[in-house]
Amino acid sequence: MKLKEWWHKMGSPRWFYQISGPWQVGCGILAAVLLTVGTIWGLAFAPEDYQQGNSFRIIYVHVPSAMLAQSAYMLMGAAGFVLLVWRMKLADMVLASVVPFGMSMTALALFTGAVWGKPTWGAWWVWDARTTSMLVLLFLYFGIYALRQAIPREEAAGRACAVLALVGTINIPIIKYSVDWWLTLHQPATFKVTEAPAMPPEMWLPLLLNVLGLYCLFGANLIGRLKLTILEREKNTSWVKQIVAGAAA
Amino acid sequence: MSGFTAQLRREWLLLVQHSEEALNPLVFLFLAISLFALATGGGPDVLRDTAPAIIWVLVLLANLLSLEALFRRDFEDGSLEQLLLKAEPAFLVLLAKVLVHWAMSGLAMTLLAPLAALILYLPSSALPTLMLGLFIGTPALSFIGAIGAALTVGLRRGGVLLALLVLPLYVPVLIFGAGAVSEQMAGIETTAQIYWLGVITMAALTLAPFGIHAALKVSLEQ
Amino acid sequence: MSFDSIGEFMTMGGHGFYVWLAYGATLLVLAANVLSLSFARRRYLRDAQALAKRQGGTEPAACDPIADPENSRGLG
Repeated sequence: MKLKEWWHKMGSPRWFYQISGPWQVGCGILAAVLLTVGTIWGLAFAPEDYQQGNSFRIIYVHVPSAMLAQSAYMLMGAAGFVLLVWRMKLADMVLASVVPFGMSMTALALFTGAVWGKPTWGAWWVWDARTTSMLVLLFLYFGIYALRQAIPREEAAGRACAVLALVGTINIPIIKYSVDWWLTLHQPATFKVTEAPAMPPEMWLPLLLNVLGLYCLFGANLIGRLKLTILEREKNTSWVKQIVAGAAA
Repeated sequence: MSGFTAQLRREWLLLVQHSEEALNPLVFLFLAISLFALATGGGPDVLRDTAPAIIWVLVLLANLLSLEALFRRDFEDGSLEQLLLKAEPAFLVLLAKVLVHWAMSGLAMTLLAPLAALILYLPSSALPTLMLGLFIGTPALSFIGAIGAALTVGLRRGGVLLALLVLPLYVPVLIFGAGAVSEQMAGIETTAQIYWLGVITMAALTLAPFGIHAALKVSLEQ
Repeated sequence: MSFDSIGEFMTMGGHGFYVWLAYGATLLVLAANVLSLSFARRRYLRDAQALAKRQGGTEPAACDPIADPENSRGLG
């Protein structure tokens, strides 16, 4: 009963706008603290890798962005499902708001991967399984972005993106599996950078902090974008006009 | 079931009426294969090694070209809307449409594969794997692609967008399909890839009609 | 501290270029995400206020003269 009520409330952009402020601030502060501590720890205090030396420190920015890129797409798939089944307005806004952050994280993961690959593999680009899946993920993000741009009516664009995001989310595991399977067959002795067998805690703790910190930053950014989208889409309601007028002072 | 067969017959008649349109992607397939031969200098070694990749990539692209027309005519003359409204299970109507599309793209390309293999010097021992892979894998292309076609049917310039939406989703089929042929040529067991193509096609067959239906409803509303 | 001096920290044992390039790009992307949101929010509020002011000016009848002007403009 309680849950159903909450679910119902989640459909109301106004309600979300009013309760989400503290969450945004909380996530933002947490993100700043975690990312600062994690990054300084990782850059200056974590021991260097006995094989890769200091280039290994790129892990502290590469892995969090790669994880976030995938989670953000999954979140779009989930939001797409909610939108198609329950027609929840907020789900449509989530779908629209996730794209910039998720897409930039995918590109960033590819870039930092290339920068890490140069000193490790001796080449900027290697067709290894993770890189290739990440590249396909970037194309999937481009698809969502382009589809939204191409459809003029906002509601139709949202639901079209929902269908695409759902199809993409079902496809991601298959893509990952097929790419893994194919490339390990061709390069059996690939040096797996992120699978160091036994990382000592002083190496993986900063990574954990940065991963959590980036998720918090994503949360804060997502809430902020959602609030802005709510203001834009509900601009003719009286409560939004009051907020706009109140912000003048 | 009668709705399904009636739809199948209708689609087939339409296809026969516009057969020249349906042939274009097949011509494209061979045109593009010739371009590859010209660009690489026609050396048998190069062509043989890259033949699985060339054939599979071009099958993907030819399939994509034929997709644009899948819902276009029905969408423009309004019969698509009626079809979805009156059809009891829209599932069967869509299934019929996609199957007929597959017959003219995937199936036709499977039957023409020996010719493509011949001009690319693919060893005849690898031909059964190529044809089996195409036969089992191409239905998935039609089903997944139909979702993209349904999403873009209402847009004026949907062509490039359709490619952008659909090609990343084709990646697994491409990997297993082309992979099976190259491995056959290297003398490695390829049953696993064929099974995987079957799995993907079955999954697409069961799930994609829902996606196509949802996408068509969105396109019809705008 | 796994480095003995600032210089060593900067060169990262010969990998300085790669490490700082990766961290710099990350900082840039994260900052762009945060800043673009705050710019967009500010631009939206400015535009919406300008619009409200214009509407308030041309359609005074829509305002409730008894309520305080701030609110009446908001509701109008």
